[in-house]
Amino acid sequence: MTVSEHGEPLPGRQVALVDLLDRLLSGGVVLTGDIVLSIADIDLVRISLRALIVSVSSEIAPAGEQEGGHDEP
Amino acid sequence: MNTPGSLTYVYAVTHRTGPLGDALAGLHGIGQAPLRFLPLTAGTEPAPSTSLALLAFVASDVPEQDFNETALKNHFEDLDWLEYVARTHHDVVQAVAARAPVLPLRMATVYQDDHRALQALAAQEDVFIQRLDQLRDHTEYGVKIYLTTEATQPPAAAPAPAASPGKAYLQARRAQRHSRDAVYQQAEQAAETIETIASRHATQRVRHAPQRGELTGTQENVVNYAYLIPDDQAGPFQAAIADAAQHFPDLRIEVTGPWAPYSFAMPAAGPTDAPEPPP
Repeated sequence: MTVSEHGEPLPGRQVALVDLLDRLLSGGVVLTGDIVLSIADIDLVRISLRALIVSVSSEIAPAGEQEGGHDEP
Repeated sequence: MNTPGSLTYVYAVTHRTGPLGDALAGLHGIGQAPLRFLPLTAGTEPAPSTSLALLAFVASDVPEQDFNETALKNHFEDLDWLEYVARTHHDVVQAVAARAPVLPLRMATVYQDDHRALQALAAQEDVFIQRLDQLRDHTEYGVKIYLTTEATQPPAAAPAPAASPGKAYLQARRAQRHSRDAVYQQAEQAAETIETIASRHATQRVRHAPQRGELTGTQENVVNYAYLIPDDQAGPFQAAIADAAQHFPDLRIEVTGPWAPYSFAMPAAGPTDAPEPPP
C-alpha cells in the first residue's frame, strides 16, 4: 500500500501541476469574460492541453457525475 | 479602478469581510499586482441589496498585452506561463478559502474593466450567494488510484527450461496479461471501497476523467475522484482511505487536498448519487 497526502505539505512542497491544471481548467465557476477564446480556439487549446492531461473536459465522464462548471450564456 | 493598459482578472467569488481584506492586503496576484475586492467598497453601488454589499470578487489588474485574446491563446501553449498563472491563481484562491467561503473561478476569467466584472457578478448574485452558503464549512479532497509500475510489468520469472523460445514467449505474455487483469480487478475493488467510504463522509462527489499525458508521470492513473467533505469529517475520511489503501498492495492510492471547492463550485447539472447531508 501507499498513501501519499498533500494535505500537510512539507515546507516548499508544491501541489502537482497536473492536479492544479486538472482543477483550474475543468473546475471552478465558468463565467463568460470579455476576453474569451472562440470555441474553435478553446478546442485547439484543449487539444494541446490534452497532451498534458486528459481531464480538461468532463464530457467523457460517466453518467451521474456532475459537471464541474456552469456556463453563463 | 483599473490602471491604464490593464484588464480585470477575477480569481474567486467570496463574502467580503474585514479580516479577509486584511489578509489579502499582504498578498499579490498575477504579476505581483495588488489584490482588491470588487465592489471596491461595500455599498458604493447605487442602492445595493444587503447581499450584494457582502458578495465580492477577488480581483487584480493584469496587463492587457498579456491577456488579450491573441496573447492568451499563445500563452496557453506555453507551459511555463500556464504554470505561473495557475499557481498564482490557486494561491489567491487558497488564501481566500482559508478565511471565508469561496467559489473559485476557472483560470483566466478576464474583463475589460471593473465595471464589466461587476455586471457579471450582479447577473449571478443569487446563484453565488446560495452556492457559497451550501459550501460553507466544506472542503474538497481528491482521491486518485494509480497502478504501480511494478504491478504492470511482466514477472521476471525464469522460463520453464523445457519450453521452446516461442512457447516461453507466449507463456510470458499470458502471465503478463493475467497480472494486468489482476491489478485492474484490484483497482475496481479499491474504487468501490473508496466510494463506500465516501458515502459515509462526503456530501457530493465528482468522477473526473483519469489523468493522462506527459505531466502525469510513469504510473497509470485509473481513478480520479473528487469529494466534498464537511470539515468535521475530513480527518475520519482521510484516515479511512489510508486504512483501506493498505489492502491494495499493487496500487498507489493518493489523497490530494484540501482544495477549495473547484469541482463543486456550481450546483450539479444532473443528479449525483452521493447522499445529501441530513437536515
